[in-house]
Amino acid sequence: MLQGTLIYGFINSVMLLLVALGFNLTFGISGVANFAFGALYITAGFLAWIGLNTLGLPYWLAGCAAVLITAVLAGLLYRFVVLRVRGLVVSEVIATFGVGLAILELFRFLGFIGFEYTLPEMLDLEVSLGGVIVDGQRLTILLVGAGLTLFLWLFTRHTRTGRAFRAIAQDEHTALTLGINTERVATVSVAFGAAYAAVAALVILPLGTIAVNEGYHVLVNALAVCIVGGLGSTLGVIVASFMIGFAQTFTATYLDTSWMMVVSLLAILVILLVRPSGLFGSQKQLEERI
Amino acid sequence: MAAQDTSKQVTRRRERLDRGIKVRSEDIYALNSWREALYLLAPRALPVVALVLLQLLAPEYWQRVLISTTVFALLAISWDLAASSGMVCLGQALFFGVGAYLAGIMNHYLGLPPGLTLPLATLGGGVICTVLLLPVLRLRGIYFAMFTLILPLMIERIIEATKVFGGTEGLSGLTPFAHPLWESFLTMAALWVALFGLRRIMASDYGLVLKGINDNDRAVMSAALNIYRYKAQALFLAAATGAFAGAFMTHSYRFVGMPVFALDYSILPIASAAVGGLGTLAGPALGAFILVPLSEMLRGLGGLRIVIYAVLLVVFTVGLPEGVFHYLRRKYTQFERWTEVGK
Repeated sequence: MLQGTLIYGFINSVMLLLVALGFNLTFGISGVANFAFGALYITAGFLAWIGLNTLGLPYWLAGCAAVLITAVLAGLLYRFVVLRVRGLVVSEVIATFGVGLAILELFRFLGFIGFEYTLPEMLDLEVSLGGVIVDGQRLTILLVGAGLTLFLWLFTRHTRTGRAFRAIAQDEHTALTLGINTERVATVSVAFGAAYAAVAALVILPLGTIAVNEGYHVLVNALAVCIVGGLGSTLGVIVASFMIGFAQTFTATYLDTSWMMVVSLLAILVILLVRPSGLFGSQKQLEERI
Repeated sequence: MAAQDTSKQVTRRRERLDRGIKVRSEDIYALNSWREALYLLAPRALPVVALVLLQLLAPEYWQRVLISTTVFALLAISWDLAASSGMVCLGQALFFGVGAYLAGIMNHYLGLPPGLTLPLATLGGGVICTVLLLPVLRLRGIYFAMFTLILPLMIERIIEATKVFGGTEGLSGLTPFAHPLWESFLTMAALWVALFGLRRIMASDYGLVLKGINDNDRAVMSAALNIYRYKAQALFLAAATGAFAGAFMTHSYRFVGMPVFALDYSILPIASAAVGGLGTLAGPALGAFILVPLSEMLRGLGGLRIVIYAVLLVVFTVGLPEGVFHYLRRKYTQFERWTEVGK
């Protein structure tokens, strides 16, 4: 019982981590609000489904196409919507959230609801971990989660583009004087975050159906993880995912599912109260409180 | 950013100047003609008269829409007041819900009439919300926003889990208002008191301190002013405004339940502010009067309704980032002309 809870808590945490990484990349590391994140996640799922079932593409091609198209869509979103209200934080949030709302509700209107909208699993096998049976898809999630985290960590520290992401969040004007084209970097950052969301969608969605409402949950979860972990900190996102993931799984097992949300929300409130910039928030610590 | 569009040679720019009548009637404030008095009075009196007429003449369905629009306008004013005092709040549903539940509890368990529950819930809601948020008054910007976003969601879940105050069922069968007309005029009166009263406060020296906290809180501190006291007072005003809206809706619907803490009541005020224009109190109210009836008009479209609504919201915020109210005020108080550059 305990072993099962631990292992499924671990997998739940990695799922949270996968979803939060892309959001953290855009919102945390580069400081660009993209509240259409959940919609992009669902869009990637439906794109892959259309590629597989309507167009009959092979799996790898449909997956790559879904990731690419989602990234391009996010780049366009930045170019034509966010850029025009850049700097007005409230307008940025409202505009991107509005786009996300429009996309999700359009899917609902077009009738993308039902049990037939599922993606195939990648690995068809079952492994026993300490007496607990874990299916192939959950193993894929673990592997992809570890890979993407490592890649993001290396990317934001050892490549020019990755370092430019962090630069524009720290001080956009200084970044400009150092020859960084902030608009181009921000576009790339939004597209990159969306690509992460698309990969997360491809590996997580096979566990259930592609549901429109999932888009809203994804956004709330990603936001919670980023706030708790601290904006801009990859390590913080990892730790926060595990805290919230385990807290959710344990409350669901030992208390009641109706307390699941209360516990994770309470964790967020306490952390905001004690350490507003999150567990490992490194940016702008002076600005968190006065 | 300034870096764009350097390839094209700019030869002319638009110049904006205050109208003479604005300067004569506002800065000196010695009105010497009916025209000048009217210039000042018209934009304030016109909406009041228009709303009264609409309320009396509109069909019954639209009267109900007007009432809920007014309630959302109150919430939007509450949001804008907190935001112009340096507290960007994402949880207007907290104020709304606490007021709604207070009125419902007092009416259901103690049997108090609306004449008593409304003022008590307004004051009590203001006090409760201020006390709940006192520990986080030190947080700034997005951190305060996140805290206020999560608090109502959590209260909703706690009510669901502990089943207090009717749990998921809520409290129903509450006392309605004596007469529908009385109902609509009460909300309208509350709207005008909140709008003009709070605008007057923000224009005073006291309001200047609040705006100063928004612009640079450390500078206000260095002037030996206790910013936490000011922030708490502004929060009380904002929370009481929101709590009144909630208490009113409780008696209007004769029901209070978990939906009063829903995200809608947090998002719509912000959307109204983004559409109407921040920092004027009148702007967000105007935004509410655009968005709520718009969403009602789209009701016939079924599933497409939210899509079109969201697209219009994006078009508004992106196309007119300053907000409708700032745009209208600029047109009303200034004239524009093209001038040659470099002469």
